[in-house]
Amino acid sequence: MLKRRKYLFIILMAFSIFFTVTFTGCNNQKSDSQIPSASGTLTIVGSTAMQPLVEEAATKFQTKNPRVQIVVQGGGSGTGLTQVAQGAADIGNSDISAYEKEGIEVSQLKGTKVCVVGIAVVTNPNCKIKNLSKKQLKDIFTGKIINWKEVGGSNQKIVLVNRPKGSGTRISFKKFALDGVEEAKGMESDSSGVVRQIISNTPGAVGYLALPYINETVNMVSIDGYTPTKENITGGIYPVWAYQYMYTKGQPAGLKKAFIDYMLSTEVQTTIVPNLGYISITAMKVTRGN
Amino acid sequence: MAKSSFSFKTNSWLIKRKRYHEIGGKTLAFICAAMVIILTLALVYFIGTKGLAAFFINKVSFKEFFLSTEWWPDRPLIEGGPKVGALSFIIGSLVVSMLAVLVSAPLSIMVAVFMVEIAPAWGQRLLQPAIELLAGIPSVVYGYIGLILLVPFIRDYIGGNGFSVLAGFLVLAVMILPTIISVSTDSLRSLPHQWKEAAFALGSTHWQAIRLVLLPAARSGIITGIVLGLARAFGEALAVQMVIGNTRKIPTSILDPVMTLTSAITMDMGYTTTGSLWNNALWTMSLILLGLSFFFILTIKVVSKKGGRY
Repeated sequence: MLKRRKYLFIILMAFSIFFTVTFTGCNNQKSDSQIPSASGTLTIVGSTAMQPLVEEAATKFQTKNPRVQIVVQGGGSGTGLTQVAQGAADIGNSDISAYEKEGIEVSQLKGTKVCVVGIAVVTNPNCKIKNLSKKQLKDIFTGKIINWKEVGGSNQKIVLVNRPKGSGTRISFKKFALDGVEEAKGMESDSSGVVRQIISNTPGAVGYLALPYINETVNMVSIDGYTPTKENITGGIYPVWAYQYMYTKGQPAGLKKAFIDYMLSTEVQTTIVPNLGYISITAMKVTRGN
Repeated sequence: MAKSSFSFKTNSWLIKRKRYHEIGGKTLAFICAAMVIILTLALVYFIGTKGLAAFFINKVSFKEFFLSTEWWPDRPLIEGGPKVGALSFIIGSLVVSMLAVLVSAPLSIMVAVFMVEIAPAWGQRLLQPAIELLAGIPSVVYGYIGLILLVPFIRDYIGGNGFSVLAGFLVLAVMILPTIISVSTDSLRSLPHQWKEAAFALGSTHWQAIRLVLLPAARSGIITGIVLGLARAFGEALAVQMVIGNTRKIPTSILDPVMTLTSAITMDMGYTTTGSLWNNALWTMSLILLGLSFFFILTIKVVSKKGGRY
């Protein structure tokens, strides 16, 4: 009698598990193939430089399409590319092109340039330097100049604050500001927010940040006399900027396409993008290849 | 008649049920134990294969990994190819956690003595919750306090830019205090009280009894506590990462910034792609951490066997 009850219980459990699995399975299939834009879930992973923008856009998109659920995660450009290539994420955000990333099967990834972000050299606010030549910048970041007085500042030791080697911001900064020379070993911090915090608190600190992260707690420096304003970047005068890519596995379709199209829409490109300090892709007068 | 046959029936039914529960309970416990064992073995296998891939698939030499400080995992072939020398992280981890233990161990042992011998009543009542609180504070909070208070203090009053080995081991020293204190306290408390009485009978003072009888007798427990503290210090990532300045160089003074194995892993893991040399090198560092924790466990086993139960 007791045994029978136990068996019944086990059978019930088995049934419930079976049904949960099949039903959730059905749901997934439906959202993937059937309905194009109105409902479903979307997982977006990658670049922390793009994260504020994508989060903001996702919130707006979800208010318009209440049956859509979008999850936006950071993790870095490399993570974004890897996860989308493995199929773990629907969209991978990256500030570097997939071609620059080792170990990624580029052929199956489709990248869309969503916007542009400028990268500026920043120092501790006590350092009154307003401009550095590219030569000085290179000498500072390769460790040839170790004191601010050598470039016209006060007698203060220079403290380098870097992002880690795989950071999209670091890769772009190295490529366009330092012409590819290897940086000297400095402090490293794995997020732009912490870099800003360290630079604003440490006397003599210098580093680089994407423009959306820059505020009054740090001192922005121009390069060769050019400040990273929108005009200087779109006109190609200020060289240190990066495309912000959204990668999908294969051509974007369904909800993925709907969201990427939304990112490129006039609404996002003229409101959220400039408000957060990014530059609209349509505003660019110069282009770069992949 | 009818009554007795009924009671007999219930009895056999009860026995049956008991046996059923007996088997059921044992099976459940066995399954759980087996799952944990399988999980552990699977983890070791996974980290092992991943960690050795850098050597056997990417053909990095042991010499380069353990004895070089050049960390250029993404250098293109035309510039000389990638290099993954982890020496500076290994030294960083060793230096920071050893110094933390050096600071923390004497302090903890004294606190344990105070709690067990000198002020067992009110010392215990006051210190026990304090230690439990220390153990319960999440590591990110320790790191944050270190970042906001300790780093500027070192920068302004001692030197350097604040992010340093010094800040790292001070934060760690506080974090491992509860571990060493509680294990040492247990070990001191479990000593037979006759030993202390014998020491008194032979004319020793209280302090002499503590120093010459109780502490040596509790040695193995205290060492176990220290090794556990060391293991915790080695494995700590977050709090340390926030205050050590993460510079891939071997430090020459305690005011230099440094990088540990754990912070090197968390710093880079988001950017690497599965199967690349860079990714595999991070797994090798994980394997080193795993190997070290095996080593620590082994040390504890050896020490507690040698020292006996007391």
